[in-house]
Amino acid sequence: MSGRHLLGVGDLGAEGIGEVLRLAETFEEVGRRPIPRVPALRGKTVVSTFFEESTRTRLSFELAAKRLSADLSTFSSASSSLKKGESLRDTVLTIEAMGVDAFVVRHACAGVPAQVAGWLSGEASVVNAGDGAHEHPTQALLDCYTLVRERRARFGAEPQRPLALAGLHVAIVGDIRHSRVARSCLLAFSALGASVTLVAPPTLLPPALEGWPVEVSHDLDALLPKCDVVYLLRLQNERMEGQFLPSPREYTATYGLTAERARLLGPSALVMHPGPVRRGVELAAEVADGPASLVTSQVASGVAVRMAVLYLLLGSGALVGA
Amino acid sequence: MGKRERALLRPGKFRGRVLVMDAGDVQRAVWRIAHEILERNRGTEGLVLVGLQSGGVWLAKELAKAVAAASGSEAGRAVPVGALDVAYYRDDIGLRPVLPVAATDVPVALDEAVVVLCDDVIFTGRTVRAALNALMDIGRPAAVQLAVMVDRGYRELPVRPDYVGKNLPTRRDEMVDVSSEGVMLGEVVDEVSAGGQS
Amino acid sequence: MLVAGGTVVDQGGSRRADVLVKGEVVAEVGEGRALRAPAGADVLDASGCVVAPGLVDLHAHLREPGAEEAESIETGARAAALGGYTAVVAMPNTSPPADSAAVVRQVLQLAKGASCDVRPAGTITLGREGRVLSPMAELAALGVTLFTDDGTGVQDPGLMRRAMEYASVLGGVIADHCEDAYLVGAGVVNEGAVSSALGLPGRPAVAEEVMVLRDLALARLTGARLHLLHLSAAASVAAVRAATASGVQVTAEATPHHLALTQEWLAGYSTAFKVNPPLRTSADMMALRQGLSDGTIDVIATDHAPHPPEAKETSMCEAAPGMVGLETALAVSMTVLLDPPGSLSSPGRDNEAGQEHWTGLPLERLLAAMSWLPAKIAGLSALHGGPVAPGAPANLCVVDPARKWVVRPEKLASRSHNTPFAGQELTGKVRHTLLAGEPVVVAEEAQR
Repeated sequence: MSGRHLLGVGDLGAEGIGEVLRLAETFEEVGRRPIPRVPALRGKTVVSTFFEESTRTRLSFELAAKRLSADLSTFSSASSSLKKGESLRDTVLTIEAMGVDAFVVRHACAGVPAQVAGWLSGEASVVNAGDGAHEHPTQALLDCYTLVRERRARFGAEPQRPLALAGLHVAIVGDIRHSRVARSCLLAFSALGASVTLVAPPTLLPPALEGWPVEVSHDLDALLPKCDVVYLLRLQNERMEGQFLPSPREYTATYGLTAERARLLGPSALVMHPGPVRRGVELAAEVADGPASLVTSQVASGVAVRMAVLYLLLGSGALVGA
Repeated sequence: MGKRERALLRPGKFRGRVLVMDAGDVQRAVWRIAHEILERNRGTEGLVLVGLQSGGVWLAKELAKAVAAASGSEAGRAVPVGALDVAYYRDDIGLRPVLPVAATDVPVALDEAVVVLCDDVIFTGRTVRAALNALMDIGRPAAVQLAVMVDRGYRELPVRPDYVGKNLPTRRDEMVDVSSEGVMLGEVVDEVSAGGQS
Repeated sequence: MLVAGGTVVDQGGSRRADVLVKGEVVAEVGEGRALRAPAGADVLDASGCVVAPGLVDLHAHLREPGAEEAESIETGARAAALGGYTAVVAMPNTSPPADSAAVVRQVLQLAKGASCDVRPAGTITLGREGRVLSPMAELAALGVTLFTDDGTGVQDPGLMRRAMEYASVLGGVIADHCEDAYLVGAGVVNEGAVSSALGLPGRPAVAEEVMVLRDLALARLTGARLHLLHLSAAASVAAVRAATASGVQVTAEATPHHLALTQEWLAGYSTAFKVNPPLRTSADMMALRQGLSDGTIDVIATDHAPHPPEAKETSMCEAAPGMVGLETALAVSMTVLLDPPGSLSSPGRDNEAGQEHWTGLPLERLLAAMSWLPAKIAGLSALHGGPVAPGAPANLCVVDPARKWVVRPEKLASRSHNTPFAGQELTGKVRHTLLAGEPVVVAEEAQR
């Protein structure tokens, strides 16, 4: 890891992602022990600062911190700090003054983790737990981890280092425009050697894709037979009402992985979704629960991957003397 | 200092100076320790050999073969071997780079087992302390014993091995390199000066 | 008082001349010869400097009444004087807004004794809500010449048409903040490669273009005088150019920040660079400069928008848009626009792209855009921006064009320090400013 923060997948590179995946494996073993906790981060304080609600991600980070024996505090406020008459910077510096080693930051607006990193006066690390439509790097890391592990378990596919996903074709389908998961995943997948195709209606694509390591398609049916992995994004409620899409029904008909459409997939193709799955919209129930689905496995990987990230930033000493 | 400690320090290259044990010496020490383990534990019942990643893993495997062979017809059955990485239990996390070198893999339940921890070199005793804590999170063994190929002294914690291949007086700044090929005493030198000499 | 050793630059051109000021007016301009200061008169050293009519800003948010923690008329006027301005038009988006005679009178009252002439603009609609016309005739009777809902544009085209028709007989100008609210949505930065990479919602250039085209069509229909505030997009410049050629009465302004900065500055999520309309591409920036060069854009206006720290030290989505500009406008413009053009230290190569094609403006054109043209648009030509000649009001600025200085936000006289030019080395600084013969800035120090 190049710096003391994890703000985006770009902070890691293929080597860094590989290191996270390697450590995540050791933490997954820890998770299977009768006492699934190691004293690695004793004396370190992690504060989860969630300015936007998120039960799953917060729980996962908090479990990760606890299983590393870090002290954990939680700051939760979905309301604007401005409404309380205190700036976001003041809020962050107040928490920092209490003695914090890592901030896990989630915010509805892109860039806040980077801003927090810029405001800190001490040595604390910042981990991006999702910022607006920008990035959600730990989600992408756990997806890479899941994919590598499942391919090894199912097909005996030993990952090449550092390009653990070399040669794979991944389609990311859905609301790319508003998705931090899509941004982080496409960066991580392509950093590991996969070729990524974005599939979405034009209204749900980012306004400009110059410089992005992706292809774009609007024809899911044509693409599916060539895909090793289909990654479906969650469609938020507010996107379904009129402005971006006519209706969820039309979305499913065009871009949903229905049971019928899933039959176009090759025998070894895998299906992923960051959850929570909207069954019948993005993904048919029988596909989500079917043998090609990694959805449950993705959720299970979260804690170990986040332990790896926290340990790399706070405990590994990768930064000692650097 | 064994391979693990060396790996934790800044990059350098081990340069051997004196061959302290040759391959035959190491093999004979393994055989002797195997017999001592059998003698102390009256057989292989409940025995699990756990090597510390990474320098102790080969020793655990060698001891397992020797123990199985020495116990003769009574057991020909294999003694379970595990591997333990203690990085997350070390007390110098944050003081220097500490990363696990390989996965922990303990294939059997340790409750009520007699665990023989195996390592190449015992030095300060801090690695063994970490290993004891790690073991306790994995199970509750009936007893834990410690086997090392080389005891080089300089203990900082009240830890004493049960089985020792060789007691080897060293200077504190020296290094000990252990493998099935032999035991070398030497120093770690900078990559640059090592390169210059080769 | 004698302004000695400088070069006078005004609409009459440039000549080496001392300027003698008596009372509130210029008494004598000693072209080509040294004037002697009368006994007891002060001498202001203008050696190496340009002596020009005081600058006029059509677009400053002075925040009073209502947001005095950000700026007051007193502090804003002091900042203006330090920037070489002798007159500023105060934007009406105060709290309460300048949509009534009472608020306009209050601003005029507060402006007495300020370091520059402060002229309140009035709103187009009550409360800037875009529903009911303001009492524009009543405001005009108090001297208001510029009407705007700035902060936002008038979205309802029917209402905008009526506003133009109504204002056309008042001698006023309708000034619009051109952004279509529907196309802008929740956008915070220019829509495009940067917004996509940052994951921030975008404000497309077309939101401005659509509004510019609408306003130009309505101005053609109504015959009203239209002024377009802070243009930012290449397409807008092209639209104004075409409309001007076909006879529409339109004037337009660009800000120093849109002329000097591009969207790449936002890459680090610095809220100092958040502004509406947003910083755009280098192609847009170069189109604005070209527009300024060929006269399509008449005026450089600051859009001075002070905000207290807590309004900026938050997320990009919540941060208040805008930046202070009165004290840096001339220096930034001189640094990046004059011939030969300089440049700012830049965050990325794209900011430099295209700049090699910029040949630079003559100083006279720059001063026209910052002094006599804005004075004319605001109906202030009798007092401001006039030629430096005997009998003319002594509203003057003395500028050292070679002076290099570094922008230190904490040193700004404005109550707020939200400048995007922090740490930049600029070339050109105001040495003295005279307001009605009074030295309000002497040797770079405010006197009031």
